[in-house]
Amino acid sequence: MHIHFLDPYRSGNSLIHRLDPRVKLVLALAFILTCALTPPGAWPIYILLFASILAIEILSALGLGYVLKRAVLAFPFVLAALPIIFTTPGTVWQELGISRWELIITLPGLVRFLSIAFKSWLSVQAAIVLAASTPFPELLVAMRAVRIPRLLVAIFGLMWRYLFVLADEALRLIRARAARSGNSNQPSIKAGRDLVWRARVTGGMAGNLFLRALERSDRIYLAMVSRGYDGEVRTLPLPAITSANWLGLLAGLAILGILLSLSFLFGS
Amino acid sequence: MHHSIEIEHLSYSYPDGHQALQDVSLSIKPGEKVALVGPNGAGKSTLILHLNGILRGEGSVCVCGLEVSPGNVGRVRAMVGLVFQAPDDQLFSPTVFEDVAFGPLYQGLPPGEVSARVEEALRAVHMSAYARRVSHHLSMGEKKRIAIATVLSMKPEVLVLDEPTAGLDPRSRRSLIRLLGELPLTMLASTHDMRMVRELFPRMVILDEGRVAADGLTDVLMEDTALLEAHGLERG
Repeated sequence: MHIHFLDPYRSGNSLIHRLDPRVKLVLALAFILTCALTPPGAWPIYILLFASILAIEILSALGLGYVLKRAVLAFPFVLAALPIIFTTPGTVWQELGISRWELIITLPGLVRFLSIAFKSWLSVQAAIVLAASTPFPELLVAMRAVRIPRLLVAIFGLMWRYLFVLADEALRLIRARAARSGNSNQPSIKAGRDLVWRARVTGGMAGNLFLRALERSDRIYLAMVSRGYDGEVRTLPLPAITSANWLGLLAGLAILGILLSLSFLFGS
Repeated sequence: MHHSIEIEHLSYSYPDGHQALQDVSLSIKPGEKVALVGPNGAGKSTLILHLNGILRGEGSVCVCGLEVSPGNVGRVRAMVGLVFQAPDDQLFSPTVFEDVAFGPLYQGLPPGEVSARVEEALRAVHMSAYARRVSHHLSMGEKKRIAIATVLSMKPEVLVLDEPTAGLDPRSRRSLIRLLGELPLTMLASTHDMRMVRELFPRMVILDEGRVAADGLTDVLMEDTALLEAHGLERG
């Protein structure tokens, strides 16, 4: 019995699925960078960015519902930008009096906050499409191709490989605990004791899992060393990027470049 | 008089659609010792996880006269002691004592009774001296014994074991078999250890591809070489 839900990859045969993973990675990063650099309040550009990511989502055949539902993940993080509403100087839009406290919402503050929220939402969608249309091993290859340090890529790869093993292990631990969480034959006694005790048990389990992960990493390292690992990650050379993929890459980058330059016309 | 375990027309398929159990019916009388054999992936572990309601399929499972249902899963778990294949999964507390005490503590029993039960359970597996030891550092055979003690402390009526002798050296295996022979409980053990089946379990159930392929006296089934071979088993 294994845990599968961690893997965001959804197989398919769409244009986006078939695109070279290196091109996809670069374009996704470029898209996120463009979103980040677009000045606040450049609404027409945001709409165009939204339209382009929407087009990619439709082309990828992942299902708009799937991507948009997952993109909701961005919202809790957007809350971190909330103070901007109150701290940006400018025209006062609303004054909130909460007992002795006075909060002033400025118009530029509001525009900035909404821009950040919208841009984060767009960026998360790009990341979701990338992860859902590219198998993780290919994504690792792409990371290596764009010169992300090999050691870092190796760490991502090992993490990905063993995350599932660890999650399975946690699942088995939890199951073994459930199997022994019974009620006594006296109905008057409430099972489960108190929260503190249960928290201590859970803490013990977490510690256990940590120890095992540590021991496993030792074993993995030994297995690697015994097959000749010397700290250097070596890989096969990558195949060349096809001309169609080059075209896609250049077209994508050009569109993003134009959008970014235009955005400074509209931005506040 | 009710049966210890009564499974009727149980079917189960995993969320990914794999049909693990198909129309399994099985009843085990109190005090009976039954071996569950069959190739890997036959559904043995899946069946075992139904006995205390960790998995729930279609059909009915009764343990000691109690239907396994969300309402009485707590009682069922106290009556069915499930010993997992990997003792490391079962031993999740810092010390042996705490692990063996987990079941009774969870039930909310008074401290005096918890200690008494831990002592009794450790004595039953001949590991009394190990109460203060760290579970992490025990040998495989020792871990197996402690894992059994962790369920004995709940005073179960049925002991269910998943591959009890897997990964043990001959001496630990021998002493575990002796220990299982001593315990006066109803027992269901999934295993590949056919010699142990011959020695310890008078009744044998062969499970293959999620169905009960044969259910009968071990001495009789063991002589049916064609049957054993058809299900990837060897005579013990």
